[in-house]
Amino acid sequence: MENPSSDVAVIHMYQARQEIYPREIQGRYASLRWLFVWLTQLVFYGFPWLQWNGRQAVLFDLAARKFYIFGIVLWPQDFIYLAALLIICAYSLFLFTAIFGRVWCGFACPQTVYTEIFMWFERKIEGDRSTRMRLDRQPMSLQKFSRKTAKHLVWISFALWTGYTFVGYFTPIRVLSEEIITLSLGPWEWFWVLFYGFATYGNAGWMREQVCKYMCPYARFQSAMFDKDSLIITYDKERGEPRGARNKSEAAAKQSLGDCIDCSMCVQVCPTGIDIRNGLQYECIGCGACVDACNRVMDKIGSPRGLVRFWTDHAMKYRWTSAQILRHALRPRVLIYSTILVVIVVVFFGTLFTRTPLKMDVIRDRGSLGREVEDGMIENVYRLQIMNTDESAHRYKLTVEGIPSVHIQGNDEIALSSTESRAVPVSVRTNERQGEKGSNKIYFTLTTIDNPAVAVTEKAVFFVPR
Amino acid sequence: MADFINDFWSIYIAILVALSIIGCAVLLWSQSKVQVTVPKDGNVETTGHVYDGLEEFNNPMPRWWMWLFYITIVFGVIYLALYPGFGSFAGKLGWQSAAQYQEEIKLAEAEVGPMFEQYKATDLKALAADSKANAMGERLFLTYCAQCHGSDARGNKGFPNLADRDWLHGGDPETIKLSILNGRHGQMPPMGAAVGSEKDIESVAHYVLSLSGSAHDSIKASAGREKFAVCAACHGADGKGMTAMGAPNLTDKIWLYGGSVATIMETIRLGRNNVMPAFADFLGEAKVHLLAAYVWGLSNKPESAVAAK
Repeated sequence: MENPSSDVAVIHMYQARQEIYPREIQGRYASLRWLFVWLTQLVFYGFPWLQWNGRQAVLFDLAARKFYIFGIVLWPQDFIYLAALLIICAYSLFLFTAIFGRVWCGFACPQTVYTEIFMWFERKIEGDRSTRMRLDRQPMSLQKFSRKTAKHLVWISFALWTGYTFVGYFTPIRVLSEEIITLSLGPWEWFWVLFYGFATYGNAGWMREQVCKYMCPYARFQSAMFDKDSLIITYDKERGEPRGARNKSEAAAKQSLGDCIDCSMCVQVCPTGIDIRNGLQYECIGCGACVDACNRVMDKIGSPRGLVRFWTDHAMKYRWTSAQILRHALRPRVLIYSTILVVIVVVFFGTLFTRTPLKMDVIRDRGSLGREVEDGMIENVYRLQIMNTDESAHRYKLTVEGIPSVHIQGNDEIALSSTESRAVPVSVRTNERQGEKGSNKIYFTLTTIDNPAVAVTEKAVFFVPR
Repeated sequence: MADFINDFWSIYIAILVALSIIGCAVLLWSQSKVQVTVPKDGNVETTGHVYDGLEEFNNPMPRWWMWLFYITIVFGVIYLALYPGFGSFAGKLGWQSAAQYQEEIKLAEAEVGPMFEQYKATDLKALAADSKANAMGERLFLTYCAQCHGSDARGNKGFPNLADRDWLHGGDPETIKLSILNGRHGQMPPMGAAVGSEKDIESVAHYVLSLSGSAHDSIKASAGREKFAVCAACHGADGKGMTAMGAPNLTDKIWLYGGSVATIMETIRLGRNNVMPAFADFLGEAKVHLLAAYVWGLSNKPESAVAAK
């Protein structure tokens, strides 16, 4: 839909996606990116297969409401750790973005990581950038059809494996494997394997940079985390401009042209299809592919590297050295983020590893306040919800104090098996003359018999009738 | 659906819904055809929104986004065809939240029912010795019975203690099961008029206390002795009660409402009326069977159960 007038184009309000064919690139940042792909994916695909104490090492058992993470068993009561974990994630994102820019996007985000993997498959099957562009322009042929089919089959298999691994965090993956072989998955297992697989296939195969550009909220709010001392990918305009291809009489050209030879390699390798020479744009995921590309070109033409590099706005403006950039990295926002992050991380791990593997909730019987029993004793009844969060069986001794002569009536020893939660009715008695009329504070203490260090104390109210 | 007071509102809503959907579709279709001119040099006009130096360009939306809008319209039409929402049209699937609830209850019953059913044929005394059945019984008790009888089953004023060996209606396992299944109605008529004056009532109260050897005024008690004749019809001449009618044994020190003179006088004067609800329909026999075994086991320790077997 080209308009006859040369400086104006006619477009639709809904624009079709321009297919991006990123060129393959090698270099420092490409290697770093693959390192992160391997790291994150080895963890993701590998963890469900690890065993710990005869169970899956990492398992989120939603039905039993218990999360197993290696030696730790988290109960719904430990929900605070999830909140703390989210705060840690948020502050890490703030901190890394403030210092390094959008490195999360470029190196660790599942969206870009899976896109990287899917593009690798694509390259292996359909060929490099120019071959792919040629293939897409061709009319459908047997050769094109078979290559496209092969690509999608590989993508779908990989995506299904991803969905299967994901569900393997919630259903023990060995059980899941048997269920898949016998096709006896439950409805929700089917749904999540297929849905997660579909999302992987759709997002990494088809949507790609569209997710970052139009769907992702983090992409947008990370821009607000930047300041002029954050590292971003920058094109050194002063050095590069005026750009232009070198002609034969190199000496003459060097007089008038900057270092940029306008080879467009930086645009060809960009996974979001932007031209970094136009300055920082919201599409830029900070992956550094253009840095690698430009460095290779600079090496070839014999100019110094770093025409496109990770650099800060201020550094570019005042022509700082790396040492000066480093000095400006320690600015108030970075120090504040770091302090908060360190505090939360220390508290998180400190409390996680020193917490008592025993919980007790005291629920007073609501039907009766205090009742008079034989020998002038007053009796109150409680229900204790006792949770053994440890992965071995224990016996516990229950004691009560707070009023003189207060004691447990009947059995005061409780045995719980591994990670068992049980309601135990308990009668507490005291002599009629002891304690105030009305409410009295008492304290239940539950002590592990084989390890007295593991004990919990809970407050309760003992009622003496008036 | 009967939620509308008359058909007019159903039609009114249906027309509004149809118009809204058609309106959205027409708007979307017309907008997808609109063409705008933009300068070729990339200087797209901005929306005028500026914040902190950031400006928003007036760029076109991605096309797949438009398809999402169309998908929501298609989804809406299919949804309205299948589920209730279009006026009073019930939807092709005939789905109802109440029906879904019933369905889920049925599924849950099918899943957990057998766990209770497996014990139904077991003898109650043998069941009381089965630790797994006992644990199930305890959980049932804590859920359904503890509100009145207490978590430790020792009762409260007006709610009998189930952990002693004293029973109003009989303490063999089958009778306990009947009590739970059908409930009990404990009734003592007001006896004030029959006994006589306030002084007579006090005398009878002291006599009743003397039956269990509790502290009492022996002069008043001997005066109350002959007045007790009217009580003997139910409680028996010896005051040992009658389980067939739920008349309590007065010769023990167990008091349902309290053992003070004042409380006993109040009981005689005004009578007592008490109900234990029937659980047959609510819980079903299988659960009641487990409960009966658990309750019986509270005052009959497993050793005696084994011996009885």
